[in-house]
Amino acid sequence: MSLWPRLAAPVALAAPFAAQAAEPGKGLNPVAVGMFMVFVAVTLAVTFWAARRTRTTRDFFAAGGQISGFQNGLAIAGDFMSAATFLGVTALIFDFGFDGLIYVVGGIAGWPIVLFLLSERLKNLGKFTFADAVSMRLASTPLRTLAATGSLFAVVLYLIGQMVGAGKLIEVLFGIEYQAAVVTIGVLMVLYVSFGGMIATTWVQIIKATLLLAGGSVLSWLVMQRFGFSFDALLREATLHHAQGDGMLRPGLMTHDPVSILSLGTTLVLGTAGLPHILMRFFTVPSAVEARRSVFFATGFIGYFYLLIFVLGFGAIALVTREAGYFDAATGKLIGGGNMAAIHLSHAVGGDVFLGFISAVCFATILAVVSGLTLSGASAISHDLYTNVFRPHATEQEAVRVSKIAALGLGALAVMLGLLFEAQNVAYMVLLAFSIGASVNFPLLFFAMYWKDFTTRGALLGGVMGLTVAVGGIVFGPTVWVDLLGHESPLFPWKYPALFALAASVTGSVVGSLSDRGPRAARERAAFAAQYVRSQTGLGAEGASVH
Amino acid sequence: MDALHARISRNPAFHALQARRSRLAWTLCAGVLAAYYGFILMIAYAPDIFQKPLHTGTSITLGVAWGAAVVVISVGLTGVYVWRANREFDHLNARILEEAHREPLA
Repeated sequence: MSLWPRLAAPVALAAPFAAQAAEPGKGLNPVAVGMFMVFVAVTLAVTFWAARRTRTTRDFFAAGGQISGFQNGLAIAGDFMSAATFLGVTALIFDFGFDGLIYVVGGIAGWPIVLFLLSERLKNLGKFTFADAVSMRLASTPLRTLAATGSLFAVVLYLIGQMVGAGKLIEVLFGIEYQAAVVTIGVLMVLYVSFGGMIATTWVQIIKATLLLAGGSVLSWLVMQRFGFSFDALLREATLHHAQGDGMLRPGLMTHDPVSILSLGTTLVLGTAGLPHILMRFFTVPSAVEARRSVFFATGFIGYFYLLIFVLGFGAIALVTREAGYFDAATGKLIGGGNMAAIHLSHAVGGDVFLGFISAVCFATILAVVSGLTLSGASAISHDLYTNVFRPHATEQEAVRVSKIAALGLGALAVMLGLLFEAQNVAYMVLLAFSIGASVNFPLLFFAMYWKDFTTRGALLGGVMGLTVAVGGIVFGPTVWVDLLGHESPLFPWKYPALFALAASVTGSVVGSLSDRGPRAARERAAFAAQYVRSQTGLGAEGASVH
Repeated sequence: MDALHARISRNPAFHALQARRSRLAWTLCAGVLAAYYGFILMIAYAPDIFQKPLHTGTSITLGVAWGAAVVVISVGLTGVYVWRANREFDHLNARILEEAHREPLA
């Protein structure tokens, strides 16, 4: 889950990264810098190699459809296991105990749903983006515009969230200026995406996923070693050190309102199934069979990693809390801010060298995730909007060129917004991105593939209603209206709007479709049968005849 | 609808495969959602039960165990689906496509 949950926590967490530029390793960590340099060198070499293999739009957007199920599984897992999961969720458990686990459990439960309901059909219907599948039998221009809007909204909001979080993190980990960190990330991600396209973006993600899985495994092993490999002993030690004692294992420290819990649960499980940068990975494999294998491997890797997070979160409570050296003597807060619990833990069990290794892995993680987001945004602009809405007769070269320009534009935008929002709490943006995935993109895709009577009018009404409630719920809710804008009380009382936005989106889709009796609607309903055969058998699927 | 799609659409084997595949997909989906929303509803409405130890003498609570179980169930059920699909569905699907292509189109 590439959510930035530490910041998404209900308590106002204006990231107390303050001026403690002296990071936990005391001074610049040579291992971290050295390893990071090696990562950048290797990934730039991969980009150079990928650039020479990227000629067609299919190469650029879908890595030529030549990624294997296993490789794609690793890449998907990489998209999902961001620094936010590794550091953010560990930090949530560190602070709120049991409640942090909601993010882990919600993140994984979305994957089987993607497999059972979406992945094979999506691969059989689409070409480069999920909008292909949505607009297959519905009016292309309005639907692509809607789907691209949903994608771009999600991508840009998410990018800002990652940029700001990453800039602060790197400032602390590597001791470089926030501005320099944001610009470095921006430049590298634009290089990967615009020169190497999906091939480079996928391999950067695979390399990073391997590093993160290895780093997380070693760290968990070192933690478990301290407790004779007994999770029971680890948990007992953790309850002795947490401020709430045994109470940290009782749900409710983070949020206890039942409606909010249900809505958060829904945001997490369906948000996964509606994130455009993850959905587009199903087009990088040659067939529906490989798409299915991708999800199987991805779920395995993510599940394994999330079980490690159980160990790291409670391990941090047990091993970091008792070391006064990890806390600011004056404020009593964790040095470097709340997100640093996992980093301090790596120091507690592995010393400076291991801390450096883990820090470099985090930097690599951030870079890989923002690259995937940028490519996904570029494909929404180039493939959905430019090629299919504005210039239907654009050539392949033109489409690739437009994507490169879009990647550059998105990179520049992300850097600018990253600098602009430095001092802000950007948690609501990531929350909004996930809510849009859950309540706009997912229902759109689901109805288009499963419901015969779904029509263009239903899609537009549902999409617009879902988007409005998601955006309105965040803006007028407790996070922005009260915490950020300083009003007395929220106009929309719940912190997580996804449940309500989903209801709005489903209502709009059903009412709009059923009331649609025009000749276009009749044609759209009639076209369902052929789409159904294609989605099930792969007959006529993109790239199916090329072997 | 073109002739090939129409032909498959009329093939009873296609509908039989379809019915089996969706029954499996929706059953597994229901399993995952039951485990997951069970977890979420317990947090929302019965937090005290989630704080109880799994058995006497352990510090592992029901909530932590249930959470870990949802992770394991999610991975396990994706495995079940992929196994069944590899063993049965792909083979039937290939046969349906082959049959549709065999006869020349009128």
